[in-house]
Amino acid sequence: MPSTGPMQIDSGAVRPRLAPHVRLTFDPARERYVLLTPEAVTVLNATGAIILGLCDGKRTVSEIVAELRERYDRVDDDEVRSFLTGLAARGCVRAGHG
Amino acid sequence: MDRPFGLLAELTYACPLHCPYCSNPLNLGGYREELTTAEWQRVLAEARELGVLQLHLSGGEPLQRRDLVEITRTASELGLYTNLITSALGLSSRRAGQLRDAGLDHVQISIQADEPALSDRIAGTPSFGRKMAAARLVKELGWPLTLNVVLHRHNIDRIARILDVAEELSADRIELANTQYYGWAWRNRDALLPSRAQLERAEVAVRAAHARLKGQMEIIYVVPDYYSRYPKPCMGGWGRRQLTVVPNGDTLPCPTAHTLPLPRASVREHSLAWIWERSPLFRSFRGTDWMPDPCRSCDRRDLDFGGCRCQAFLLTGQAARTDPVCHLSPDHEIVAKAVRTANEVERTRAVALTPRPHPGRAEPAAQRRAAGSNSGGKFW
Repeated sequence: MPSTGPMQIDSGAVRPRLAPHVRLTFDPARERYVLLTPEAVTVLNATGAIILGLCDGKRTVSEIVAELRERYDRVDDDEVRSFLTGLAARGCVRAGHG
Repeated sequence: MDRPFGLLAELTYACPLHCPYCSNPLNLGGYREELTTAEWQRVLAEARELGVLQLHLSGGEPLQRRDLVEITRTASELGLYTNLITSALGLSSRRAGQLRDAGLDHVQISIQADEPALSDRIAGTPSFGRKMAAARLVKELGWPLTLNVVLHRHNIDRIARILDVAEELSADRIELANTQYYGWAWRNRDALLPSRAQLERAEVAVRAAHARLKGQMEIIYVVPDYYSRYPKPCMGGWGRRQLTVVPNGDTLPCPTAHTLPLPRASVREHSLAWIWERSPLFRSFRGTDWMPDPCRSCDRRDLDFGGCRCQAFLLTGQAARTDPVCHLSPDHEIVAKAVRTANEVERTRAVALTPRPHPGRAEPAAQRRAAGSNSGGKFW
């Protein structure tokens, strides 16, 4: 049974997923992906949208980074982590372990 | 031009509560010709096309609209993130289930205090018990729960206990927002504005709760702007991120902008896109060209946008002046005086509060009752 809670991206083994009240969607008016939460809209860049699309609670952070490396030349581990940590601090992303 | 992110849909001004800080207009009776279901559905489709992503269903009490489920379903099908802002009166388990099925994303329930006697006294009607039951129902149905608490002189000292209630209810978020002085709150300002000592105690309690509940509950605390050095960045800029449609179809850059001497814009007469992009109302304070000094030459002009136009008008009679809350405003003394009054030590004289009346809805008998209860009730 995976436990959930506020996310600490202290290891690549964490399996991040979007919090239940958060929605990732494409906005045709802006032609950008957006993250919708009760009181805020976050307009995402292409990389951000891809990372969040991979946050399905099954892939670990390491696996997400590995998949990004298949698609892009340069992927900074720390950048991915800090992006997810920032969203976790706002309650948008949660961690599942195990 | 920026596209709007959020639409505040004030579906009706009918409300079972009588909170003396209500931000609804003083002439509640002027909004009885409410938009129909089909008109709202058209507005939502136009809003989505314009770029709106979040819909805040509010009022008054939105549950007083019989077609709330239908409106919610339309919004959800359009891909809008839907947020119900409610007193919770009327949120039966049947209605809640229907709203859940219609795709409602999030529920915000107001509470007036941490316990029934005070909460019911502020709300002007027995309601605390029903609010607690509805909050539990929201969690049972798997919705994220936000509690909204408007703070003022009569409940701010209970902030720690209010946070305890939120924790007991497993709220995901709590918004502790000091009263903003418009509408009924403006009329009742002297009875509502807290003292500096009260605010200092509140901040200690909020900081402690922040530390204790980190990662478990999001706590948003909004200080009263009368005590701030700079004004609030109202609506994130005029006609920049948000718009409001009120019960009769009038469309506004912010929910209180009806108080300003500006031409009306209504979805009954124009498309939402025309109103947003071209109406004189939405263009009047967009950007920074309208600004007088000290705003015009201020480094913060793109941060706080000159503050609130409605507050400038309320306090100075001129909508284009710097928000007097700003310590740099030539009119700041107006705010400083109200703050001094709130902090007078010998403030024993109770100031009467005027409860917000029920506006009634196209029903002459209700109208007469509303007029009667509007004549200065002293219930405090």
